[in-house]
Amino acid sequence: MSDIVISVRELTKCFGDFAAVDHISFDVRRGEIFGFLGANGAGKTTAMRMLCGLSYPTSGSGTVAGFDITKEGEQIKRHIGYMSQRFSLYNDLTVWENINLFAGIYGLSKADTESRATELLERLNFTSERNTLVGSLPLGWKQKLSFAIATIHRPEVVFLDEPTGGVDPITRRQFWEMIYEAADGGTTIFVTTHYMDEAEYCSRVSIMVDGKVCALDTPARLKQQFAAESMDEVFRTLARGAQRGE
Amino acid sequence: MKGNFLSFVKKESLHILRDKRTMLVVMLIPVVLMVLFGFAISTEVNNINVAVVAPGRTDGVEDAVNRLVANDYFTFKGYISQEQIDSKLRSGEVGAVVCFTSDYDRRVAQVEAGIQSSPVIQVVVDAANVNTAGAATAYLQGVLLGSASQQAMFESRMLFNPQMKSAYNFVPGIMGLIFILVCAMMTSVSIVREREVGTMEVLLVSPVRPVKIIFAKMIPYFVISCIVLTSTLLLARFLLGVPMSGGVSGIVAISLLYLVLALSLGLLVSTIAKTQVAALLVSAVVMMMPILMLSGMLFPIENLPKFFQEVSHIVPARWYIDAIRKMMIQGVPLIAVWKDFVILLGMTIVLITVSLKKFNDKLE
Repeated sequence: MSDIVISVRELTKCFGDFAAVDHISFDVRRGEIFGFLGANGAGKTTAMRMLCGLSYPTSGSGTVAGFDITKEGEQIKRHIGYMSQRFSLYNDLTVWENINLFAGIYGLSKADTESRATELLERLNFTSERNTLVGSLPLGWKQKLSFAIATIHRPEVVFLDEPTGGVDPITRRQFWEMIYEAADGGTTIFVTTHYMDEAEYCSRVSIMVDGKVCALDTPARLKQQFAAESMDEVFRTLARGAQRGE
Repeated sequence: MKGNFLSFVKKESLHILRDKRTMLVVMLIPVVLMVLFGFAISTEVNNINVAVVAPGRTDGVEDAVNRLVANDYFTFKGYISQEQIDSKLRSGEVGAVVCFTSDYDRRVAQVEAGIQSSPVIQVVVDAANVNTAGAATAYLQGVLLGSASQQAMFESRMLFNPQMKSAYNFVPGIMGLIFILVCAMMTSVSIVREREVGTMEVLLVSPVRPVKIIFAKMIPYFVISCIVLTSTLLLARFLLGVPMSGGVSGIVAISLLYLVLALSLGLLVSTIAKTQVAALLVSAVVMMMPILMLSGMLFPIENLPKFFQEVSHIVPARWYIDAIRKMMIQGVPLIAVWKDFVILLGMTIVLITVSLKKFNDKLE
């Protein structure tokens, strides 16, 4: 298997005259935590939707987990995990029912479902909450559960769309520990975030401005390149040049 | 990938079962409506088609028929024979038949001279629709009989629904309404809810095909509708005593077709509405109002302004209610309402095609 999990060349998405994503190119390596940054309206979500097979590019090409994003959307969906900024489990189902549902969706066998779900609950210390309705869990727990479920089918890549929005700093820290664990296991993480301290945790970071990728490197080298103290400064330097508003 | 379809159906069923309040409302609405609407709302009637049976066309008969022809409320459809009464009413060609005795003139003269006599005019009315029948009878009485003494000679006979039970009339209407409510409104709200909450996004990123998500959603609502159908039929038969002599299988067959139609209507609404509130509003404006006003449920279609009579043709409930009314109350078999059936089938095919296409378009 190749070492490049996501590869994008000149990827473009236009809505009428408006180029939401404008000829972007980048590669993501296996096991990397790839931070995908950009101000609101910079085109992050549109780019991510194309990578997930939810929307067709206007032009350009790309592969995710070895499948062509223009032709093999269905295959891609089988090999990726996805967690959105909005909480995306079912509040009126129990923890166990949620796990079962998503295991079923990804076609796991009964035995696999049982063993992975048990392991997942143990890892999260959730075993006693097995039959609790998800709606009654605290937000931080929900987000952790959400991430665990997004990776239950052992996907090659997990797309995380602002996964820690509205979560307290301690839980965010724990959440990132889970991300590291998954990355160590060989899962590639593709994450968008608005928190610049989180950007520091990434192996590499790309910053989008006005539909284009303006910078792409490790956090350390980006800071060096822009002579900045923190990622926050790097981001603000770049975002200042943006033409588009919200 | 059978497994993932089943886990979806299970998930949807759990959603519904967890929401006990909604479940209860859905199950109770038909009962409540039947009891409420069981007490009639009386309405006016226009343009009733009337045929006349007159063995001897005497001057007195001609005179009475002329009064009928001259009246705005009635359309005179000609003379028929005694044997034709049942078939003309059953086919819906006429709404009422006026029968004169052969010795009409002589007996009228007797009565006017103050001598007691048995009735000389019989009016046979299609009382499948109670409001129409009741009003028609009253009007006919007034028009046909010139003098007060003649009033005594009038006898009317209700066919199909002799006791004029208004509940008879409302059962089909309630069925037309409740299935739209359960299938169309609840399905559309449930689809839109997932989009609003954000879970739909996650489902779309999964390998499950969108069409499967939708069908999995429809199955539990379809099951609920079948339960409601059963309870409505049982209530109608044993509590209200609706005859259903046309055969229950026919009623069930056309009801199932109507359920599928309602489900595809719900899917269509879900592609138009962006929020749950919008879905409810669209359902209320696009579906509930036309059903209440234009389906013949509350007001006879004959009584609507010409424009709305035309509009009523595109209201599915109109055809369904018409068919159910005929089968439940007049007791005709399914084959006799083939026209309603074919129209509903056509509407279903069009709706499924349009809504599936719109649904798929919307994804991209």
